[in-house]
Formats: sequence, structure tokens, C-alpha cells
Amino acid sequence: MASRKKTGRRHPLASAALLIIGLVAAGGASAAVGTVANAGPSSSSYAQQLTAADGEQLFRANCATCHGMNAQGTPNGVSLIGVGAASVDFQVMTGRMPMAMQGPQALKREPMFTQEQSDAMAAYIASLAPGPEIPSDEMLDTAGVDAEGLANGAELFRINCAMCHNVAGAGGALTEGKFAPPLKNIDAAHIYEAMLTGPQNMPVFNDANIDPEQKREIIAYLQYLDDNPSVGGFDLGSLGPVSEGLFIWIFGLGGIVAITVWLTSKPN
Amino acid sequence: MSAEGHAPTEQREVAVYDRGAAVVQSDAFENPGLPPHRPRQTDLHPEKERRAARQVVLWFLLSMLGSVLAIVAYIAVPIEPGDMGTVRFNNLFLGLGIALALLGIGFGGMHWARQLMSSHEVVEERHLSRGSEKSRARAVEIFQLGDQESGFSRRSLIRNTLIAAVALVPLPAVVLFRDLAPAQDAVEAISNTMWKAGTRLALDPSGTPIRADDVTIGSAFHVIPEDLTELGHGEGYLDQKALAAVLLVRVPLDRLNEQPARAGWSYDGIVAYSKICTHVGCPVALYEQQTHHLLCPCHQSTFDVTNHAKVIFGPAKRPLPQLPITVDDEGYLIAQSDFTEPIGPSYFERLGNIDPEHIPLTAAELETRA
Repeated sequence: MASRKKTGRRHPLASAALLIIGLVAAGGASAAVGTVANAGPSSSSYAQQLTAADGEQLFRANCATCHGMNAQGTPNGVSLIGVGAASVDFQVMTGRMPMAMQGPQALKREPMFTQEQSDAMAAYIASLAPGPEIPSDEMLDTAGVDAEGLANGAELFRINCAMCHNVAGAGGALTEGKFAPPLKNIDAAHIYEAMLTGPQNMPVFNDANIDPEQKREIIAYLQYLDDNPSVGGFDLGSLGPVSEGLFIWIFGLGGIVAITVWLTSKPN
Repeated sequence: MSAEGHAPTEQREVAVYDRGAAVVQSDAFENPGLPPHRPRQTDLHPEKERRAARQVVLWFLLSMLGSVLAIVAYIAVPIEPGDMGTVRFNNLFLGLGIALALLGIGFGGMHWARQLMSSHEVVEERHLSRGSEKSRARAVEIFQLGDQESGFSRRSLIRNTLIAAVALVPLPAVVLFRDLAPAQDAVEAISNTMWKAGTRLALDPSGTPIRADDVTIGSAFHVIPEDLTELGHGEGYLDQKALAAVLLVRVPLDRLNEQPARAGWSYDGIVAYSKICTHVGCPVALYEQQTHHLLCPCHQSTFDVTNHAKVIFGPAKRPLPQLPITVDDEGYLIAQSDFTEPIGPSYFERLGNIDPEHIPLTAAELETRA
């Protein structure tokens, strides 16, 4: 205790600690800047009921640059005639539209519009041509799904969804920078709308393929995954052998190496 | 080193114990010996020794605590029937308790040995593995006595029947394990699927037949033969599903680039392909509805649905087999025939099982390559 050597040498963990502090500071700063940059007009709220005419105004101001003045599409954006209100609600209220930048696919973020503004734009798009409608609350009510329905939803999820979205809904990679997003804690309406409209590269699952009752069961299964912890402890992102293998190679094998070094070293 | 070993060493010759184990005794290097003994901190400072002793005791106390904790955790955090989430904490605390109990003994023992037990360096010469002449002679004697008393060499009929009996013992296992394989000929079993002319395409898993006008543009349907649902799980349901699984999509007609010879295999832009990868048989079902690419999740083989599922990336060598489809008079999609080639990865007899009416995409497809 008293005879501690004073060589002026740094503690062996000092550089690692410095690196971690630097990374945390840089990450925190980046997140803070991103939050500020993404804050948009979503804070402004409209008290009165908006109509399809208001939706047209909002569309012209925010969407027409890419989708055309009459939603007929341009080289930068697809035609929105016939995509339906469900598509507008999904794309706008998950923040995917308006797109922050052109890229392999639009990313989920904080929505730029309020639900009323989005509904007004949805009403405008729906007035152009018939298309899938926003699901009603009773279509999304999963309270009545029993254990059998839950198991059925899980089977449908494994057959139709799990190959891209992962069996635990953790998401997965596609080609050329595209990916299937994770499905944790997603609004039931957005899950329903995604199945119905097939946003971006996701296939469409129309009511002939997966009927509304089955869609409800799939949503119930995803909510079950949200509400129930992984039975096996830390799921490490539910990515299977990739994250589990990485963990055991780094921490399991690393721990064994560290203990071996300690065992064979000469005590001071 | 044994006594016999020393004499040749002094004469600086090679000591030969037996062939293949010559030991050259004359060595150009001198044995540097052990480094000087350095006393440990615990040898020099009695208070450090006492502290190390306390630490060892602490480890053993922690181990006791761990054992008790494991028992307490097992009782206090029970697994509730029907609530899978409770397995998690039961296992976690039980495991932590047992780990602490075992690691406490291990770390305590090592700490004791490193800090408190004698630290004098000791040299232990490795002794030779060969026994002494006396014990070797005795061993041979025992064997000969055993042979004499049992008559193992003399009673050759008993000996040979014993050897034959021992040799036959593993045979039932061979027969049993062979019977684990399917009774059907393996090549026969994987060369054909349940699809035949007129089989309706049905939804997986419900078996609802699919109408052509249900398949809207951008849809992806996971399809099984309608009569598959009549099979029970004990009757090869999964085996047949693994062979017959099909992905059905509708491609806009202006994007579909069909070969004239295969133009009759699709219906109004609706195409059906085997879901089993031609590389090693993973289910290829990651369908991108705008690029019309099908991606295999295992090794990233990518197939272009607009071009008869030809391989555009990855290790797969052959396009996915196409199921020729059409509609019946009620508007339901039906198969025109089975796949015209075996589905899935290559095997030795694959080329011999390709149908005469198979229309290859390119000449290269018929080449003998895996």
C-alpha cells in the first residue's frame, strides 16, 4: 500500500477508458445534433378538422416536388394515384415520407406531420382513385385473439414474414443496402397497412392472401413478442448465430484466455 | 533418468534404448538452469501475507454464499407453469449462484497456491515411459500363465467362436441405423414432387386454392399443392412440403422477359418458382417486389424473377426450377405438370432425372456442373 511504485507510467486501462469516453461523447453529440435537425413542423398542431382540400395544399407544398403536382409521379417519385389512404398513413406517420434523402430505401424516423395533417393528405390521395383504406380500430383490436389465434399468427408470420423480418421480428438485410426493418413496438395500424400496401420492396399481402382476421392474428403475435421477454435471457438482438457466436468468441474465449494468463503468471 | 542411461552420457555417445528413440546426449547448449528465486510480496511482508490469507478465506466464503444463493433462488424465483418468462430469471439466478460457488473454490484455491504456498522452484525430471526389464519380463510371464491356464491358444474352437461372437455384436446396430434412412429409394424420393397436371395452387398453410385474379401485382404468395393438406404429419407432410413449396408472384407484363419456349408456363404475368435454393436447399423467399429479385437468406444467392429466376449473384449455379401453371375453368391457378427438373441442390443422379419436355434456359444449364 505504502510502497506503491511511482514510475509516472499510465494505468494500462487508461487508453481504453479514454477511447470509450471519446466514443460516448462523439455519439452523444451526434444524437443531439440529429434530434435538433429532425425537429420539424410536427410540433405545430391544427385545432380544426382538416379536409381533403387542406390535404391537397399540404401535398402540393411537401410532396409534389417528387410525386408531381397531381400525384401523377415524376422520375424522382412514383405515381400515388390508387395507392390509397393506407399507404399515405403508413409512409407519413412512420416518418418515411417525406424522404430525408434519396437512398436504397426510405428510413423510419419521427413523423414530420400530425395525424390530422396526414389524414387530410390521405383523404386527398384517396379522392384521386380508389385504394386500400386505413384499417378501422376494430380491425386492429387484438384483445379477442386467443392462444390458438396467437399460434396461428405465429405460423403465418413464419411462413410469410420471417424470412425477411427474422422469426423474432428483429429485421434483416436485403440486397444492395435495402433491409427489412425490425418489428418491435410498431403501431398495429402501421403493421396492417404495411401488409396491405407493400411499402417499398415489401411484397403486398392482400386480403385474398392473408385475410383481415389472419392479419389481426399476426399483429397479435408481434404484440406478444413485444410484451414477453426472451425466455433464454439476453437475446443479443435475436440475430441467431452471428451475434451469439461473436459474443462467445469475444467474451467466452476472451475470459478463458484471461484466466489462463492469470493462472500461469508468476505472482509478484 | 534411469541408472542405465548414465554410462553412455559420460562417454558422450548416443544412448539407444530402442529404434526410433535415439537421444543425443552431447549438447552444444549448456543448461542455463533456473532463474534466481525472487521472493513474493507475501514472503517479505507479513501484513501482505495476512491480507492474502483473508482474501482466500473470502473467496471460500463467497463460494458458500453462492451455494446458498442457488438454493434460495431456486425456491424464491420458481418457474410458473404457463409463464415462459419466469424460466429466464429462475435460470439466471440459479446459474449465477452455482457459478459463484464453483468459481469461488477455484479462484480461492489458485490464490492460496500463488500467494501463500511454498514458492520454491522445483525441477522434476520426466521419467522414461519404458518399464524396467524386470517388470517387462513379469508382464510377459503373466500373459503366458493366463494363456496356459485358460487354454486360449490351445482351445482354438472356443477362441475362434468367441472372436466371431464379438465381431457380430455391432451388426444389429448397423441394421438399425440403416433403417433410419427412408425406406424409399433416396433418388426416387427427391426426384419428383406432389405437383401433377391439374393440381390447384393453394395457400400455405390453410390449403385455400388461389384464383388468378387474387394475385395482384406486387403480391408474393407462399404456395403448396392443394392435396398436400390431406397428408397427415405422420404421412410425410413435411417431406412433401419441402419438395413442393412454391413462391408465386405477379410481375408486370412489360417487366417480364420470357423465353418464347417457356411463354406458356406463366399466366398473365403470374409465375411460380420452386422455393428451394439450387445451391444447398435453403428456402428462397426474400422477394423484393420492385426489383423482382429473390434472395436466399443462407448464402445470398440472388435470382431474377423477371428472367426465369436466373442467378444474378451468389453461389447458386442453376436457376430456380419453374412450375408450369395455367388456370382451370373456374379461374383457379393449376399446375400444368410437375417440375420438369428435380428441385433443390445438385446430386449425382440429377441429370438422369430431368424430364424430356424440360426447356433449359441456356445450353450451359445442361452441362454437367454442380
